[in-house]
Amino acid sequence: MMRPYVPKDNVQAKAYYTDRFWVAPRVPEEPVPEEGVYAEDLAAVKAKCEVLKAYIQRDQLVIYINPEDNVEVLRILKEERWYEMLSEMSAVDFLAQRGGFEIFYQILNLNTAKRIRVKCFVKEDQAIESVNPLYRSADWAEREMWDLLGVKVNNHPYLKRLIMPDDWEGHPLRKTYPLEGDEFAQWYEVDKIFGKEARDIIGPENRDPARVDRYDTERFARLGHEVPKGAPVDEGSATPVQYQEEEGVFMIEKFNKAPKVLDKRK
Amino acid sequence: MQQTNKLRPFFENLEFEREDNHMVINFGPQHPSAHGQLRLILELDGEQVVRAVPDIGYLHRGMEKMAENMIYNEFLPTTDRMDYIAATSNNYGFALAVEKLIGLEVPRRAKVIRTILLELNRIISHLFWLATHALDIGAMSVFLYCFREREFAMDLMEDYCGARLTHSAVRIGGVPLDLPEGWLGALAKFVNELPKNIKDYEDLLTENRIWRMRLEGVGVVPPEMAKSWGCTGIMLRGSGIEYDIRKEEPYELYDELEFDIPVTDSCDSYGRYLLYMEEMRQSVRIIQQLIAMYDDTPPELMAHAPQYISAPKEDIMTQNYSLMQHFVLVTQGMRPPVGEVYVPTESPKGELGFYINSQGDPYPYRLKMRAPSFWHCGILQDLLPGTYIADIVTIIGSTNIVFGEIDR
Amino acid sequence: MAQHQVNYTQSGGLPVALTTVDKILNWGRSNSIWALTYGLACCAIEMMASGASRYDFDRFGTIFRASPRQADVMIVAGTLTKKHAEFIRRLYDQMTEPKWVISMGSCANTGGMFNTYATVQGCDRVIPVDLYLPGCAPRPETLQYAVMLLQQKIRRESANKSQKAKRLV
Repeated sequence: MMRPYVPKDNVQAKAYYTDRFWVAPRVPEEPVPEEGVYAEDLAAVKAKCEVLKAYIQRDQLVIYINPEDNVEVLRILKEERWYEMLSEMSAVDFLAQRGGFEIFYQILNLNTAKRIRVKCFVKEDQAIESVNPLYRSADWAEREMWDLLGVKVNNHPYLKRLIMPDDWEGHPLRKTYPLEGDEFAQWYEVDKIFGKEARDIIGPENRDPARVDRYDTERFARLGHEVPKGAPVDEGSATPVQYQEEEGVFMIEKFNKAPKVLDKRK
Repeated sequence: MQQTNKLRPFFENLEFEREDNHMVINFGPQHPSAHGQLRLILELDGEQVVRAVPDIGYLHRGMEKMAENMIYNEFLPTTDRMDYIAATSNNYGFALAVEKLIGLEVPRRAKVIRTILLELNRIISHLFWLATHALDIGAMSVFLYCFREREFAMDLMEDYCGARLTHSAVRIGGVPLDLPEGWLGALAKFVNELPKNIKDYEDLLTENRIWRMRLEGVGVVPPEMAKSWGCTGIMLRGSGIEYDIRKEEPYELYDELEFDIPVTDSCDSYGRYLLYMEEMRQSVRIIQQLIAMYDDTPPELMAHAPQYISAPKEDIMTQNYSLMQHFVLVTQGMRPPVGEVYVPTESPKGELGFYINSQGDPYPYRLKMRAPSFWHCGILQDLLPGTYIADIVTIIGSTNIVFGEIDR
Repeated sequence: MAQHQVNYTQSGGLPVALTTVDKILNWGRSNSIWALTYGLACCAIEMMASGASRYDFDRFGTIFRASPRQADVMIVAGTLTKKHAEFIRRLYDQMTEPKWVISMGSCANTGGMFNTYATVQGCDRVIPVDLYLPGCAPRPETLQYAVMLLQQKIRRESANKSQKAKRLV
C-alpha cells in the first residue's frame, strides 16, 4: 500500500476537496482616499519612511513597511498622529511560501477611533527591533511571538518564553508543528514527573476521547458492577456490589419510624 | 504500588538568605485568589513588593493552533472556553469577525437577540467579578448574594441556549434560535429587579470602611500607563479615558441605543468598582430598550448567503439545492475570501479583538485573539512594585483577569 | 417502683447506637469531605457555583480549602496543561491520606475538545483518579452527584487500612 505524500512544511489540516476551477474571492483593498484622517497618517509616514503598499481593507488602513523601519514608523504614528495604543501585535507564518514571517502591529487612535495595521515581512533568521520603548504592551506581545512562532526580537528587555514552559522544544504555532505536538510534547509531563523510564508503564496518550474498554479492569471501573482491579471480565458478567445505602442509611435505620405523638391521639 | 516520581522538594519558593535582605516568594500557580492559574514571582523588601514577574501559560490550550485546524463553524464552541465567565461575548466576537471578513449583514431580529445576550453576559460577568473580588477581600456575604442573582441570569441563558456556562448561543450569520415563549417576560422581571439588588451590594460595600480602606488608592493606573499597556474596558475608563467600543466604533444595535459610559478619574480599584456597578445599571437600561424593540422585527434569524451560511432547516428538508449547500458547508466548511480583518468588540473585560488571516481555505490561516486580560495581566509587572503584599489580591481582583483568555 | 421498660438497643431516638469502627470512621469521613480548591478553567466557575448560594455544598459537609494539607478530595476542575502537570502532582503528594480525586469535566478526564500539544490528555496520566465526571462544563448538580457517589465509595472502604494504589500510579 502506498501512503500519500504529506508535505512537511505545512502539517495543518487542509481541505480534502477543492474545485479545480475555483478561484478564491478577495476582500476588497480600497485605495486610501485623498482626504481624511488616514490620508494624513499615510502622508506623515511617507515623509520619513518608505511605504511599500498602503490600502484600506474593511475600514482599516493597512501599511506595508520595511522591517528596519518598524520603530520609526510606529514612533511617527504615536507621537505625531496620536496612535497611542498598541492593541495587538503578532506574526503570521509564511515560511513555506516565502521563507519568513509577516508581522503586524494593530494600533489605535483613541481620539478619532481609527485603527491602522502596520505590517512588515521578516526572513526566518532576521530579527526585528523591539517596539517596547514606545509601547509597553509590546513587552508581552513580543515575548509571546518569540515563544509561539520563534520570531527573534532585538533589544527586548526580557526575551524569554511566556506561554510555554522554559524547557519546551519548538515553536508551536509554526505550520511545521503538528496540532497534537511532536514526541517531546506528547511525553512532556511523563518525562518531567516520572522520568523517561515510566513511559512504558503509563503508555502513550489516548487521543480518542471516546474510547472506553469495558474489559480493561486495570484502567476502567464501572460503578455498581465493580470487579477487583485486574480481574478478568467476561461478556455479560455483572457483579453488583452491595452498597451500604441499600439497607438504609447507617444510624437512621435504628430509629423508630412509627410516629409517637400521633399514636396517642388515636 | 505507588509509582515514584522524581519531583524534588521545591525550595526556590522561599529564598531567605540574600545579601540585600530581600525575600523571593512564589505566588501560585494554584492560588485561590489568583483568579485562575497566575504565577507571580515576587521579590519582597519586608512587606513591600520590589519586583513582580507574572508567569502565565498554565492554561495554554493551543486554541490558536486549533483554529488553524478547524473549519470556521467548528471553532465557534472553542471560543466559549476563552472568557468562560461571559461566553457569548467571545462567540459574538468571533462570529462578527468572520461576518466582517465575508461581508455579511445580519437580520435585525438576530441583532436584537445578540445584543440582549451580550448585555446579559455583561451582567453575569460583572456579578461574578463582584462576587469573587469581594470574596478575596473578605466580604463573604456579597459572594453569596451575587451568586444568587447570577443564577437567575444563568437560568435565562439556559432557557435560551441550553447551557449554563458554555453557551455557543451565536452563530456566524445570526443566531440559531428564536427566543422561547415567555422569555422576554422573565428577562424583564430579572432586569427590573436587578437595580434593587445592585443597591443592596452597594449598601454592603460602597460606604463600608474596610472595603474603602482596602480599595482606595490601591492599584493606581495612571492614564499614560493604561494607554501604553493597551488597557481597555474598565481598566481604561477607570483611568479617566472615555473610550468604549460600543460608543466609538458601534457594532450591532449599539448606535441606536441610549446608554451612558461611566468614567472616573480616580484611577484606583475603588473607582473601578464604582464603574462596574454603574455598567450593570447601564446594561439593565440597554436590555429594557431592547425588549421593546424585539416585537417590531421580522422573524428571520440567519443571514441569507448560500455560499457561506446554511439555509433554514425547512429549506434544507424541502429543497434539493439547499440540502446540497448544507452538505458542503458542513463537511468542507465555508471558504471566506482571501484577506485579513481585525474586529474589536467590547467584551465585559475590555477590547476583545479577533484577527483573522484567511487564504481562501476553509481553515483560517492564522487566527489571533486579542484578549483584554492578557494586557491587564501584563500590567501587573509595572503595577505591583511598591505596593504591599496584602494589596496584591486586591489589584489582581480589580484588573478582572480570566486565564482562559490570557493563555488561550 | 416503676420499672424502666426501655431497651436502649432497639428503641429509636435514644443515645446509644452500636456499630463497627469502620462504619463510624467512614461515616465521619464521608460526611466531611473537604475539597481542595483546584479550579483550573471553566469548570472552576461551576465548582464555585456549587459552593455558592443555590447549590450550597456545605450541606454535604464539603468545604473548599485552599491548602492541600487540609483537603481530603482534590476536584480537578478544568483543563490540565503540560505546563501545569508538575504542580498537580506536587499538590497531590502534599495531601494527607486518605485522599481522593474527582476529575471534573471532559478536559480533566480525557483532554476533551483540546486535542492539542499543550493539554495533558486526561489528568489520570499524572495522578490516580477515583471519579470521572462527564460534561463540558458539568452542571453543579453533576458535581453534587459525584460527591454523593464518592461518599458511597468511602463508606464501602475499610477505614483502618492504608489506601490501595489506584489505577495507574
